[in-house]
Amino acid sequence: MVDNVNTSSNDIILDVRNLKTYFGTGEKAVRAVDDVSFQMQRGKTLCIVGESGSGKTVAARSILQIVDPPGRIMGGQMLYNATGEPGCSTIDLATLHPRGKEIRGIRGHDIAMIFQEPMTSLSPIHTIGNQICESILLHQNVDKAEARARAIELLRRVEIPNPGVAIDKYTFEYSGGMRQRAMIAMALACNPKILIADEPTTALDVTTQAEILALIKELQLSYGMAVLFITHDMGVVAEIADEIGVMLNGKMLEFGPSEQIFYSSQNEYTGRLIDSVRKLETSARRARKSTVSDRKLLEVRGVSKIYPGRKTFLGGSKAAAPFKALDNVSIDLYEGENLGIVGESGSGKTTLGNCLIRVLSLTDGEVLYRMGDGQIVDLAKSSKKELRGVHREVRMVFQDPFASLNPRMTIGQIVGEPLLVNGIAKGNELRNRVADLLAIVGMPPAAMERYPHAFSGGQRQRIGIARALALNPRLIIADEATSALDVTLRSQILDLLLDLQDKLNLSFILISHDIGVIRYFCDRVAVMYKGQIVETGLADKICGAPEHPYTKALISAVPGTHPRDKRIVNRHRYTIDGKAA
Amino acid sequence: MLSYILRRLLSAIPFLFMVSLTVFVLIQLPPGDFVDSWAAAQSASGEVVDMATMIDMRHRYGLDQNILVQYFHWIVGIMQGDFGYSFEWNSPVSALIGERMNLTLILSVGTLFLTWGLALPIGIYTAVRRYSIGDYFFTFIGFIGLAVPHFLIALVLMYLSVKYWALDVTGLFSSEYATAPWSWGRVQDLLNHLWIPMIILGLGSTASLIRIMRANLIDQLYMPYVVTARAKGLSEVRLLLKYPVRIALNPFVSTIGMILPQLVSGAVIMSIVLNLPTAGPLLYQSLLSQDIYLSGAFLLLLSMMTVVGTLISDILLVILDPRIRLEQ
Repeated sequence: MVDNVNTSSNDIILDVRNLKTYFGTGEKAVRAVDDVSFQMQRGKTLCIVGESGSGKTVAARSILQIVDPPGRIMGGQMLYNATGEPGCSTIDLATLHPRGKEIRGIRGHDIAMIFQEPMTSLSPIHTIGNQICESILLHQNVDKAEARARAIELLRRVEIPNPGVAIDKYTFEYSGGMRQRAMIAMALACNPKILIADEPTTALDVTTQAEILALIKELQLSYGMAVLFITHDMGVVAEIADEIGVMLNGKMLEFGPSEQIFYSSQNEYTGRLIDSVRKLETSARRARKSTVSDRKLLEVRGVSKIYPGRKTFLGGSKAAAPFKALDNVSIDLYEGENLGIVGESGSGKTTLGNCLIRVLSLTDGEVLYRMGDGQIVDLAKSSKKELRGVHREVRMVFQDPFASLNPRMTIGQIVGEPLLVNGIAKGNELRNRVADLLAIVGMPPAAMERYPHAFSGGQRQRIGIARALALNPRLIIADEATSALDVTLRSQILDLLLDLQDKLNLSFILISHDIGVIRYFCDRVAVMYKGQIVETGLADKICGAPEHPYTKALISAVPGTHPRDKRIVNRHRYTIDGKAA
Repeated sequence: MLSYILRRLLSAIPFLFMVSLTVFVLIQLPPGDFVDSWAAAQSASGEVVDMATMIDMRHRYGLDQNILVQYFHWIVGIMQGDFGYSFEWNSPVSALIGERMNLTLILSVGTLFLTWGLALPIGIYTAVRRYSIGDYFFTFIGFIGLAVPHFLIALVLMYLSVKYWALDVTGLFSSEYATAPWSWGRVQDLLNHLWIPMIILGLGSTASLIRIMRANLIDQLYMPYVVTARAKGLSEVRLLLKYPVRIALNPFVSTIGMILPQLVSGAVIMSIVLNLPTAGPLLYQSLLSQDIYLSGAFLLLLSMMTVVGTLISDILLVILDPRIRLEQ
C-alpha cells in the first residue's frame, strides 16, 4: 500500500482507514471488504478497479452505510471533512447509525451515488421529475415549484433534450443513456462534495459510455466534486483516473496515482489486468498466421427480417408498429474464417445470428450454406429435416453462461444431450465422448457429475463451448460469448476458441459489441447499425482506419488502454438529423 | 382512461353472453328437470303425480321446448329486466333474490375491506421483519385460516359463542328485526351480526393476501431503486411506503377479481351453517330442485361479479401503474 504522496491533509476529503465490512458474523463471515484503506482528494477522481466479487461495490456502499443486510461494517474509520477549511469538523462516517438522522443528512447532500443499472435503479412508477425533486426537497428548504424549476435546470445541465417535457416522463420512456443522465441529475441535485459512481457505464453501449464519461468529467470540473468511480474496465480507468485502487478478494492490493499504477506497478495481478486489456489491442489471428480457404461456407444474400406490428384485442389501433430488424443484409463467410459482427444494442446483430441458423424465420433473402458433403442448402427455405442436418454442423454459444445451462441437469447430461438426441452415442460410449469434450475445453472429467451452480462464469462458458463442440460442428456462432465474463477470463476463452479452431478446422461468427474482442479474434468485421451493414472489411482496417462515419464514431468511443492515450475526449460523434445517435 | 373503461365494458358484453349460455346449458345437464324432481318430492310425501299432469306442467313452464328456444326466451327476458319465474317458490326470481343479493353484496364487500385492511399492514410487517416472532405468528394463523374450511370455523365459533358467551351468532338479524322494514336499529342489528361471518369468510383470503403481499414486497425490498432512494437520504419508513410498497401493490390489487367471486361462492356452505339470509343457501336449494331460472339468475349474477371485480382491479391497476396506463 502506498501512502498519500505530497498532499497536505486539507486536500483529503475522505480518508478511509482499515475499513472492514463483513457479511454474517463469527467464523463463517464473508469478509467482503477486509482492512481496506484509501484517501480521496478534493476535485479528483479515484478509480477502484477489480473483478466481480472483489468487494469494490461493497466498499463504495459502506461509505454511505447502505450495505444490504446481513452486511455490516465491523471496523475501521471513514473520516469525512466537508470543506477542508479551518473550523470544519471531521466526521467519522463509520460511527454513525445506518438509520440515523446524521447519515441521512450526508446521503444525497454531501455524498451522492449513481448506479450500474439505470433501468432498475430508478423507480418504474414515479416520474423522473418526482424522483429528482424528492432529493431537492429532502435536503433543501425550498417549495415544490422551486424544486421543479431546479430539477428542469439539472436535466438541462445533463443534456436531456426538452427538459420541461422530459421531467414528467417515466423511466421506461427514457433510453438507457438518458436514464443514466437522469440518475446523474438526481445525484447532483444538492451539489454533493463526493460523487460515487458504481459501474455507471457498464450497461451502456460504447458510444453512450463515452458520452456519460465525458459528462461526468465536465460536471466534476464545474462542481469541483471528488469522484469515486467503481469499474472493472481498465480502459475506462485509463481515461478518467487521477488515482487508482486495485481490489481483489476484499483486499486493496495497490493504491496510488494513475500513472504509477499503469507504468510502474510491481503487483503481479495489476499487471495481468492491464495486460488483458492491452492484449486485445492486437490481432491473435495474425499472430497465429492462420489461413483462410477461398471456398465460401456461408453466403448471405439480401436478408431482411421484419417483426410484425401487434394489434389490440378490440380496437384496430396498433399496439406496436412493425419493426425492421434486418434490412437487406448481405455477407459471406469463408471456410476457416472468423467473421465479427459488431454493433450497438438494437442494431440487429443478434437477430442476424438467430436468422442464420433459422431460430427466427426470415422475411426475405437467402442464406446459402455449404454442407460438409459439398451440397449447398438455402437455410431460408429448407425443411425441418434438412435443418436438423444443418444444426448438427452449425452450433451456437450463448452470452449468459448462467442462464444458458439448465440448472437441473448435470454437466454430463448437458454436454451429452446433443449426442443423445441425435442418436450418436449412449451409455459408456457417451460418457467417454463427454469426458473427451470436457478435456478439450480444459475441464476435468469429474465435472460430469456436478451441476452448473458449482462452476464459475468462466468454467460455465467452457461447458457451453464443450456442448457446442459435441457434434463436430463446422461453424460456431458465438453471440456475445465473452461479454458476461471478467476481463482476465475474456482473453482466456478467446484463446481457447482459437486453439480449438486450429485443431478442429472450425469457422466462427462472433457477435459482439466489444471492439477489442473483435480485433483480437476476427479476420473480417461487419459493422451493423439500425439493421443494416454499414461497413465490411478486414479487422485491422475497420479497427484502425474505418471509413464509414458511424464506424469512426464507434471506434473512437472505445476507451484507450493507458493514461497517456486518452481517446474519449477527442472522440468523433456520429449524428443523424442533428440528433445524437 | 375513459375510453379504456368504455372499451373494457364493451368487451365484457360478449363475454357475459357466452357465460349465460354456458350457465344455461350447465344447469340443464343433470338428468331430468324441475318437474321430475318436483314429482319425486311429491311421491316422497305420498302423493302420486300422473303422467298427464307432468306433461301439462312441462308444457306450461315451457320445459318441453328446444333448449335454445328456452335460452332465447330467458335471455330476452333478462335484457328487459325480467329474470324469469321460480317454479319452486311460485314467485318472480327478482323478488326472491333482491334482498338476498344485497345482503350478499354487503357481506362480500365488507369482508373484502376487512381482508385488505388486515392483509396490507400485516403483509408489510411480515415482509420487513421476516423470520421474526411476529412473522411466524401471523404465518401460523394465516395457514390455519387457509387450511381449515369455512364451515368448520363457523361451527367452532358457533359452539364457542353459545357455550361460553351465550351469544346467538346465527343469522344476520335478531328475531325482532328479521322481517322488519329497514331502519337505523335494523342497520345496527345487522352490523352486530355481520362481523362473525366476515371474520370466518375473510380469514382464508386474508391469509393468502398476506402471503402474496409478503412475497411481492420481499422481491421489491432489495431492488436497486430502493438502494437509490436510500442513498438519497430518505428515512426508512417513507422509503418503504413510497417505493417498494407502491410497486408491490400491483399484484395485490389484481387479486380483487379473484377474491370477489371466491367470497360469494365460499359463503354458500358457511351461510347454510350459520343460517344467513344471503344468496348462498337459496342458490344451493335451487340447484338441487333444478329450479332453472332461479339458479340461472344467481349464477349469472355471480359471473357478473367476477367480471366487475376484474374490471375494478384493472382500473385500479391503470391508476396505480403508469407502465400499464401508457400502453393504452
